[in-house]
Amino acid sequence: MKKFKTALGMVAIAITLLTVMSCKDTKKSDEHMEMDQDGMNHDGDENMEMDQNGMQNGEMKNQDQKTTKATAVLNSYLEIKNALVADNSEVAATAGKTLFKDLAKFDQSSIAGAQKQKVINIIKDAREHAGHISGNSGKLKHQREHFEILSNDVKDLIAITGTDRVLYKTFCPMYNEGKGGIWLSETKVIKNPYFGSKMPKCGVVQEEIK
Amino acid sequence: MKVLKIIAIILLLTFVGIQFIPTTLNQSDIVPSTDLMETYNVPEHVEVIFKTSCYDCHSNNTIYPWYNKIQPVSWFMEGHIKEAKAELNFNEFGSYSERRQKSKFKSILSQVKDGEMPLASYTWMHREAKLSENEKKALEDWINKMLENL
Repeated sequence: MKKFKTALGMVAIAITLLTVMSCKDTKKSDEHMEMDQDGMNHDGDENMEMDQNGMQNGEMKNQDQKTTKATAVLNSYLEIKNALVADNSEVAATAGKTLFKDLAKFDQSSIAGAQKQKVINIIKDAREHAGHISGNSGKLKHQREHFEILSNDVKDLIAITGTDRVLYKTFCPMYNEGKGGIWLSETKVIKNPYFGSKMPKCGVVQEEIK
Repeated sequence: MKVLKIIAIILLLTFVGIQFIPTTLNQSDIVPSTDLMETYNVPEHVEVIFKTSCYDCHSNNTIYPWYNKIQPVSWFMEGHIKEAKAELNFNEFGSYSERRQKSKFKSILSQVKDGEMPLASYTWMHREAKLSENEKKALEDWINKMLENL
């Protein structure tokens, strides 16, 4: 009888524990999701606030519209590029994370009309690739696949926003089984991010972007 | 000995208990106009490949195996499908920007070529979803054709 009672007690405890735990779990994931959304909203809010401040505080913004824009994005993009040149997957992943954040902060408020939607689409697409590059440390091949699409996004982005530095659009005809792939480089000297140390010199400068 | 018995009972009860925790099934009869098959002219043999090998995770309708009724399998699947759909949902393909469609086509190509997709953990139980060399080629050819026009 005593045994039965203990067993019964255990059953009760187990069921209570379980209910409590499972409830907690669902709550947690809900909270997490809310937090995610909040996080995104905050980002947007901050950007908007910053815009307003910028506009109130003077015309700096208008003056420098073309040059200030893509600075952070280009910095982290080139960091990824150089990490891939060095076959360093971890550094590429870290830079991918930075790029992901920089793209979220990217301020498209002063871009008008049809260009605006285009920029929004570019940013959205580029963020996905930055996310994949940051999330796949140790998988150089996968990172490079996303870097190739990302490079086209960044190229199209600076065609609209302008660039704060001279860049060289470089083409490697051998990448992706002969389909080729482009990247943007801060130097004319070819350092291939698609093959890294296997074929560092493969590529040709196609265009100088100022 | 008694302790072991109690632990066993607790484990068993936990297993039985979690079976009562509900999960949301990824199921829908509606095929929206943004579906890949509605957006583009997809030849039938390619459509079949998408539907058998991709749609279970990358669309709003999953054909579930019987063991999805068992926890914690359904938990795992629920999370997995949610993630897969956020990445790529063929039901919404037509609503993607042209740029994103192009990106997705490129990524599908490389994932299939690298043998990363369909996932090995999926084809392990779904043998029919595993892509043969011919199927891979049909898929690649069609996507390459799409990429030329996008």
